[in-house]
Amino acid sequence: MAGKVKWVTDIEKSVLINNFEKREWIQVTENDDWNFYWMSIQTIRNVFSVDTGYRLSDDQMVNHFPNHYELTRKDLMIKNIKRYRKELEKEGSPLAEKDENGKYIYLDFVPVTFMLPADYNLFVEEFRKNPSSTWIMKPCGKAQGKGIFLINKLSQIKKWSRDSRTSTFVAASSGKEAYVISLYIDNPLLIGGKKFDLRLYVLVTTYRPLKCYMYKLGFCRFCTVKYTPSTSELDNMFVHLTNVAIQKHGDDYNHVHGGKWTVSNLRLYLESTRGKEVTSRLFDQIHWIVVQSLKAVAPVMNNDKHCFECYGYDIIIDDKLKPWLIEVNASPSLTSSTANDRILKYNLINDTLNIVTPNGDIPDCRWNRSPPREAMGNYQVLYDEEQAQSENAERDLRSRSGQPLGSKGIKGSAGVRPAVATWK
Amino acid sequence: RQQGTELSASISQIVQRLRGTHLHSQIERQAKECLHQPDIKLESLKEDVRSFLKASGWERKLQNAVYRELHIQLPPSHPAAPPEHLKEPLAYMRKAQASWEKRVLKSLNSMSTELGVPLARMRPAAEQKELANKWNEMGTDEPDLTRFRPVYAPKDFLEVLISLRNPNHDSSEDVGVRSHWGLIQVPLNVRDVPQLRQAYSELNLTNGQLGIDDNAHIHPGLVAEQDSAAAQQYSRQGCPTGLRAELWGLILNSTNQPQDVMHYEQLKAGVIQHDLLVDNLIYKDVKLTASNDDYYFVFEDFLYQVMLCFSRDTVVLEHFKYNSATPPRSYIQGKAGDQECEVVYPPNGVIPFHGFSMYVAPLCFLYNEPSKLYSVFREMYIRYFFRLHSISSSPSGIVSLCLQFERLLQAHLPQLFYHLRQNGAQPLRIAFKWMVRAFSGYLSTDQLLLLWDRILGYDSSYLCFLFLFHKHTHTHTLQAVLADLSTLKVMPLIQIFLFATAI
Repeated sequence: MAGKVKWVTDIEKSVLINNFEKREWIQVTENDDWNFYWMSIQTIRNVFSVDTGYRLSDDQMVNHFPNHYELTRKDLMIKNIKRYRKELEKEGSPLAEKDENGKYIYLDFVPVTFMLPADYNLFVEEFRKNPSSTWIMKPCGKAQGKGIFLINKLSQIKKWSRDSRTSTFVAASSGKEAYVISLYIDNPLLIGGKKFDLRLYVLVTTYRPLKCYMYKLGFCRFCTVKYTPSTSELDNMFVHLTNVAIQKHGDDYNHVHGGKWTVSNLRLYLESTRGKEVTSRLFDQIHWIVVQSLKAVAPVMNNDKHCFECYGYDIIIDDKLKPWLIEVNASPSLTSSTANDRILKYNLINDTLNIVTPNGDIPDCRWNRSPPREAMGNYQVLYDEEQAQSENAERDLRSRSGQPLGSKGIKGSAGVRPAVATWK
Repeated sequence: RQQGTELSASISQIVQRLRGTHLHSQIERQAKECLHQPDIKLESLKEDVRSFLKASGWERKLQNAVYRELHIQLPPSHPAAPPEHLKEPLAYMRKAQASWEKRVLKSLNSMSTELGVPLARMRPAAEQKELANKWNEMGTDEPDLTRFRPVYAPKDFLEVLISLRNPNHDSSEDVGVRSHWGLIQVPLNVRDVPQLRQAYSELNLTNGQLGIDDNAHIHPGLVAEQDSAAAQQYSRQGCPTGLRAELWGLILNSTNQPQDVMHYEQLKAGVIQHDLLVDNLIYKDVKLTASNDDYYFVFEDFLYQVMLCFSRDTVVLEHFKYNSATPPRSYIQGKAGDQECEVVYPPNGVIPFHGFSMYVAPLCFLYNEPSKLYSVFREMYIRYFFRLHSISSSPSGIVSLCLQFERLLQAHLPQLFYHLRQNGAQPLRIAFKWMVRAFSGYLSTDQLLLLWDRILGYDSSYLCFLFLFHKHTHTHTLQAVLADLSTLKVMPLIQIFLFATAI
């Protein structure tokens, strides 16, 4: 295809701009004809809004799905996952199997969570079952650790609800300042005595059929302050939150490594101290929960063909090496805190562009979404529904007994809830 | 006959060392207890007890203990030789080491005087309590350490090695093709490539190597056998990640027995009771190295714990029997010159230099329990690491290592050697800091552990001579490589250098 890609961004980050310039793409403004727009989530809302939105043409591509918030807003993600589990259960899918305590065996990967104020009574009921538990309150629509606090007494939440009645709770009915409250993982895996969470990057190029990639170079984010589960430290957010945005305000923040440790370090450490088998199982489970979370939102996602999205997955591992999905970010930070961080994020964008704009050519939204292996860089295919289905179909032909595990859920749920095919 | 006497001397030495150990009393107790068993017969008592000990694994434990003694044993020597010859046979090396020690100690003493910080002091009760409480988070403390400077850095030590001369050897007389243009000017025997090939035969191109082929050489029963010698042989071709911690413990015979845990707890109590001047050096060293390291910053607190305990561990003193170094001595405050008040300082006899904590850091990837981490580190120190910062003629000492490095480079990559030298960059000046730390902090951790597998396997840090110049003879790529070794793959480089170099 002839011609150079015309790009726009409203995120002035060098890791983006350097990548566009390396490809000799041409910078234009949003009022010009553009082919590639790397935009913030505020802008995507306008692009696809009913009032101001406009029809994207075949040679235009954007870096978000229109209703990405189905996955990236804490409350909606939980809602979608809960619905997905119920649907699988209704179908009698083996994925929805429960253990003797009534817990999902394969689908119990988010901490118990309720919406506030909507689920307040359900929450109180759950809290009373286990009054010594600690819970974490997060505003649904905010990122980077803003507005988060911990509670371990019912009185605290009553006080919060009184204090915020005038402002946030009222607004909550409009869905803007609602909170989620989640059971706090109080037995996190500690390394060197420190708590951490995992940040993994996942690229989705289409939801139906689902096709997603995992970036190999994720990292662990460490708290700079020692972890103590004691409740007297509840107010010290540095102990509990691993967001760099929060940690940067801590006195001990180190600007050489920024508290970040590569996933390959984590793997080496776990294999060395716990063994290869349990380590592989952990990473398999992490991949599993990412795929399941995407499958949970796939039926409601507006699978616009002009879109792709690179998500930042936040995962906490507990001391039994069970991974928990905490949240998914639609616009993972492209700010570089250290030199290594800059390299990582530059490469992340580079590899993402290599997949979504093959050969750096002008996008064509009808592209086949099957990049050659050599274009994948540090990405690896995490799940390819089409391929999984054709493999399953082959298997079905060979032996007609038994239901294939992988693809069934998606077929079923897509039938139950017809997806919005077009946005206009 | 000579060999026979040596052997029996060794045996009696080992027997003596093992007598009175915990293992000895354990085996004795087992032997006594087994007498009540029906299959132990009076008529074949000796045989029956022996086969019981074998079947119950105690014989293997004894073998491993003997094997360990063999590693840290004094080298055989003439019975009439004075004890200092056991430490180092060459007088000029002994002298150089002694004067280096004097310098280091002097610098430590003057730091103490200048800063008005005593070498050691008892902590007041409140401070003891505070330290005990934050034992697991010493890293959160930010004391002002700007006044403290490392007693020495590797480059200071290199200057001493460069100035070494053998007074009985005039190096000016044999200028010729075989002259040595490097920095090390002492005549020691080093090996050429054919000799190295023989010494490291397991690394040859036809053997499977972990670090090159991940499925190489699987040996399923190895851990179950609990055999130090077999584990060591196996480690020559690399340990699988999931088994490394266990295999290294086995090779070093540090099995984390209850008495090891107790010993560690005692050392910890010692740290809490007394404050040493060297603690500040340790603290500063960790802050300057590991705390800023992408791989090791996570383990900052473990490093303080291990290093502080190490400085107080008098068991370490034993290794001075075969180390050319001698533990520094000082006097109890106010009793200077009084022989009776002379004490080893620090209690383990080892003054840490800048970068010392990097000997511990990679081990944090293998052991998440401080006492276990500690005993593996200590054993590695008294077997290997001490040789990397003491002046000796030992074939696995740092002087030989430097000379080996320079000779190989000069012989096999002469253009590179001269190019660097011409540009005022003696290759050894670049490589020395890597070798002193056995590459810790320079290679990526996975690669470093593969290299250390071979150090344990061949029972010597000798393999730390440099090999990586091989492929990167272009100077511009070389600059990049020298600045950052973290992308290198160690085993292919070693293998290619040793076994694919034309000779």
